[in-house]
Amino acid sequence: MKPKSIAIVGAAETTELGKIPNMSQIQLHADAALNAMADCGLGPKDIDGIACAAEWPTDLAHYLGITPSWVDGTMVGGCSFMIHLRHAAAAINEGLCTTVLITHGESGRSWVGSKAMGNNPASLAGQFEIPYGCMGPPTMFTIPVLRYMKDLGLTHEQLANVAVVQREWASKNPRATHQDLITIEDVFASKMIAYPFHILECCLVTDGGGALILTTAERAKDFPTKPVYVLGTGESVETPMISQMKDFTSSSAFKVSGKKAFNEAGISHADVDHLMIYDAFAHLPIYGLEDLGFVQPGEAGDFIWEGNTAPGGKLPMNTNGGGLSYMHSGMYGMYALQESVRQMRGIAPAQVAGAKTSVCHGVGGMFGASSTIIMTNEK
Amino acid sequence: MAINPKTLPKPTPETQHFWDGARAGKLLLQQCDNCQHIYFPPRPFCPDCASRAVTIFQASGKGRLYSYVINHRPPRWIEGHYSIAVVELDEGPRLMSNIVEVEQTPEALILDMPLDVVFDAVTDDITLVKFRPADPASRTTSGGGA
Repeated sequence: MKPKSIAIVGAAETTELGKIPNMSQIQLHADAALNAMADCGLGPKDIDGIACAAEWPTDLAHYLGITPSWVDGTMVGGCSFMIHLRHAAAAINEGLCTTVLITHGESGRSWVGSKAMGNNPASLAGQFEIPYGCMGPPTMFTIPVLRYMKDLGLTHEQLANVAVVQREWASKNPRATHQDLITIEDVFASKMIAYPFHILECCLVTDGGGALILTTAERAKDFPTKPVYVLGTGESVETPMISQMKDFTSSSAFKVSGKKAFNEAGISHADVDHLMIYDAFAHLPIYGLEDLGFVQPGEAGDFIWEGNTAPGGKLPMNTNGGGLSYMHSGMYGMYALQESVRQMRGIAPAQVAGAKTSVCHGVGGMFGASSTIIMTNEK
Repeated sequence: MAINPKTLPKPTPETQHFWDGARAGKLLLQQCDNCQHIYFPPRPFCPDCASRAVTIFQASGKGRLYSYVINHRPPRWIEGHYSIAVVELDEGPRLMSNIVEVEQTPEALILDMPLDVVFDAVTDDITLVKFRPADPASRTTSGGGA
């Protein structure tokens, strides 16, 4: 896409986050969408493009009273919303629509009106992975890590430290699920989920949602909100089977997506003021820092240990507290995007002073998919 | 290890040979006749060069422990903690499995330890491919998600 041709003018999360048993999944989408429309002063008749995952765009368009001329239901897991944003930017530039609403809502904890994904025993994963006692992401997403630890020297302490640092950020965020500071010893003493992962190294399970509204950069100046420009975008997929990931120490989808986004944006890593790396589990920021090229393979554990991504560090990362401490409804990508937008607007609870460029990197389906969005607040 | 009927593999026309092989005590892989690429999981064409000329052959059944987790939250139909492991076969491909006849602990499950295939007939139709330590001295009769 053309850098800075598209702007995010509306952005909001659901009114509540965490435990929302009085709202169905589609209403979580709607609650976030209504908040985002109010944020930028638009109504459903002003929206002519819609994208969402987990619910069908058909359901959302009808529910919200939107008549779209552009629709995207790409569903590749938790980074789907970043991919929607990328596709929406291209669609607006192509003239397919002018104003796109991207919604997310997930009753991940209360399970009100949500659809179980279900196992397909005839799929390749259903035949060759699930029968071995795989019990969802905690027992699958985590499998490559022991290989990474042996090949590249990451320690259990460095893995636990990812959760410790993110809690430092969460302690500054009144909306974070967990705000109390923790130590590496606390992580080791917490319940073992799937060795080597303790519960404090696994994401939260919550309800929530978020929505974004995009239009042309030219129109953006007519809105009450501070425009956040889309600078670069990337996406890729690798495999639905964690056992078939080519390299257990690196994600092909991360690398392809990240490289594309940086090339499009025309920036170097030194230009990045703020970073979000989707953290469903503690190892993901480590893979992300390396595959996006911020550090060399095997260096990310030390990089985080030295405080570079912590409050006061040179590369503030996951400043909302992340999926480990802020919230995680199942598909976290929308919340990472929301934090990047807040940082670019200058209104984040743990605001990075003077931040002008934010990289927001997502994962979907256990290293299966990836997307990267780079934003800036400078026209 | 007990299996939930809902997670029993459902063979398709493209994978039936693999399951027939496993039931007969053979681990079957495929090799491309055009580019010699050996691959898994099964499909009737080469994922490297797209040739439909592929040959099914019996693998050695030997490999090494590539990576794993130990599930500490077993479902009600499985007793005790158990490993979910990726095995790298001597022929190259990797596959998901369980490591049996060994304690399900980090101390006993050593990365790169040599493994041999074993066949676990979970129903009359379905036999799962599993692995045990190649060194008999490393095996136990009890442990092991067996």
